[in-house]
Amino acid sequence: MAKASALPSAHHAPALEMRGITKHFGNVEALSAVSFTLRRGTLHALLGENGAGKTTLMRIAFGMISSDAGDVKVGGISRRLHSPRDAIALGIGMVHQHFMLVPEMTVAENIELGGRGRFDSDASANKLRLLEEKTGFAVDPSAKVSSLGIPAQQRVEILKALANDAEVLILDEPTAVLAPAEAQDLLARVRDLVLNGTSVVLITHKLRDALRYADDVSVLRHGRMVLTGAMSDFSEQQLAAQMLGREPRTTVAKTRESISPAGESVISLREVDFIDSSGVRRLHNVSLEVSAGEIVGIAALEGSAAWLLRILAARLTPTQGRRVLPERLGFIAEDRQHEGLASTFTLYENVALKDIGKRKGRIRWPAIKRQTLSLIERFDVRTSGVDMRAQNLSGGNQQKLVLARELDGNPDAIIAENPTRGLDINASSMIREHLRRARDAGCAVVLYSSDIDELVDLADRVVVLREGTLIKTPLDAGAIGNALLAGHRRLTDE
Amino acid sequence: MAALALLGDMLVRATPLILAGLAVAVAFKGGVLNIGAEGQLLIGACTSTAVSLKFGSTLGPLTIIVALIIGMLAGALWAAIAAELRNRFHVLEVISTIMLNFVALYLISFLVRGPLQEPTRIYPQTSTIAPFTQLPVILEGTRLHIGFILAIAAGLIAWWVVRNTVAGFRLRLTGANPRAARIAGMVNVERTTRNVFLISGALAGLAGAIEVHGVTFALYENISPGYGYTAIAVALLAGLNPAWVIASGILFGALEAGASALQRDAGVPSTLVWVVEAAVILTVLGTESYRSRRSRQFVAPEFAAAQGSS
Repeated sequence: MAKASALPSAHHAPALEMRGITKHFGNVEALSAVSFTLRRGTLHALLGENGAGKTTLMRIAFGMISSDAGDVKVGGISRRLHSPRDAIALGIGMVHQHFMLVPEMTVAENIELGGRGRFDSDASANKLRLLEEKTGFAVDPSAKVSSLGIPAQQRVEILKALANDAEVLILDEPTAVLAPAEAQDLLARVRDLVLNGTSVVLITHKLRDALRYADDVSVLRHGRMVLTGAMSDFSEQQLAAQMLGREPRTTVAKTRESISPAGESVISLREVDFIDSSGVRRLHNVSLEVSAGEIVGIAALEGSAAWLLRILAARLTPTQGRRVLPERLGFIAEDRQHEGLASTFTLYENVALKDIGKRKGRIRWPAIKRQTLSLIERFDVRTSGVDMRAQNLSGGNQQKLVLARELDGNPDAIIAENPTRGLDINASSMIREHLRRARDAGCAVVLYSSDIDELVDLADRVVVLREGTLIKTPLDAGAIGNALLAGHRRLTDE
Repeated sequence: MAALALLGDMLVRATPLILAGLAVAVAFKGGVLNIGAEGQLLIGACTSTAVSLKFGSTLGPLTIIVALIIGMLAGALWAAIAAELRNRFHVLEVISTIMLNFVALYLISFLVRGPLQEPTRIYPQTSTIAPFTQLPVILEGTRLHIGFILAIAAGLIAWWVVRNTVAGFRLRLTGANPRAARIAGMVNVERTTRNVFLISGALAGLAGAIEVHGVTFALYENISPGYGYTAIAVALLAGLNPAWVIASGILFGALEAGASALQRDAGVPSTLVWVVEAAVILTVLGTESYRSRRSRQFVAPEFAAAQGSS
């Protein structure tokens, strides 16, 4: 946009303008002279792969982290943002990818957090009602946040950002935790906000969402802005190529004609029941055989497969029934930050982590460092060295490290719990490729994925876990979806 | 030689501080906020005294070894109470261990006025333990006893074990990332936690047993001038590293040994030493928190999480 005059006019200046933003984390250059302009009243998609620097750039705009160099203009005026408080005062709101709500407090209390003076729940509820009329985002002000579902919590986050009269709204991967239909609903509402004059930055790695809803687009790759302009000027292929720096990998065609002759049974569950510590029956009469050299997919509604997978991975003991498991077993936990990895530990300590509860004696760190180095190489984990802390890896590299550790030594079985969750295209396809290779090498693989297409793509057969029992289904996305939803419908009808 | 005596005094003071400091460091490192080193130390002191008084004549020269072992076991048992409360009923050990400190203190009050009181029944203390049950002095002309060597050995062993063994790694892991320990490492977190309590209690109990057998030779109420609490400062100053606990224990030993000299020779109230101690701790913790704040932009988990998808 051309500068209208020497005196910036609030109506013509971009809502947010960043120039020459550079940021280092240690020796890593996260952002390199990045410029970004958000036009007033538009939805601007900020695209990029994991670790490209999208969140970092927007956290600088929100005052959460300071840049090493560069200039931030809000409404045409240069601002120094020392904290989110400064940004909020200037009308910038940000919704973070991970919820920042207090579960024990009500919606109204969460929205008023950070405010001053006396908390008045009626006034607060009124304020929320007005916001709801304006934005179409509805939530019950007196509901406890912990009692809300994920989509409702996401709405609370957005309302919280808007409650401070935000004119600029930054959404960091708002659909990552949502089911497809919920995601479309959310984005449509965000589009309405834009029509009402809010300027929105949508951080995402989902190209389709960006194409469908955004006016402008910018692509970050390895900390550099490689493309920016009006969405209508670019094709999906162009954007994808810019995000990845090359054409995206095509998915490997599957040879489905002959399902590999089932090898010997490796995992066996017979009539297994599980009752959790609060006395709730989570599994009922579950029997499952997994053979060497096959991938068995498990479809389940969000979160309900956790018990079965942990029983298969020897992390939980069945309340009843027979279980046969191989000695050497790998487990990829869905929550890699807290369960798969010890975030504050180094990479080599995280490699030493495997089965540490079953070992004894001395730890030979030099040998483990060598092992880590070779795993990093084989699985292409991008890191500055084995002494790096696991939490400083990007999500995709964290998952590669977990996979490398669990697949090391060719285990007899591997249990993978939503292993590609939150990962970009390249990292996901690499994870899938490694699971396939493990299968081909004779490993028995159990895969749970919240993405039914992924299950159909990877698995040799799929079972649906519904209300704690297993149901056989054909290897077809529609059939699996129906089997899942039938259960869901029945549950909600009751 | 006044200087030699003073050096000895300093190391004598440092001995229980190192051992109790190790107890706290090991516990904190393992995710156990054991504030009860004081109570475990007192229990170690009283049980070991009882052993030496009652069985000294039958055990002979073995008495001292048995007494120290019993002191350790008793300290571990005292900590085990808090461990069970935490594992079974989710009682915070910060609360339970502090309360157990008072139980131990008043238990000693009772014992030195009752079952263990010296025969004349005048003073609230036990009779003096026999010379052959006392820890030998290692530096002529001072009170420095062999317990100091034991404390240093304990520090070095703890340092090596935490660094180089599976058990030590499990301890650090359970302390820092209990969920990862359980899921990725298949660690029995409850058992590890219990072991941390036991080891911590044993170290504190040993501190108490050594104090009686090397310094006081009798049990009385104020046998510990709050060693178990100063130990928290010792451990924090050492950054929970067992090897550094030796150094920080000696520093605090010097400060406390110097306190009485300060008052006697310079007329400065000995309480000033506490001011110095507290200032040291605040400075260290302040620097620490400043440093971690500076680097948090890089290491905060939620940042790494967001980075994972940015």
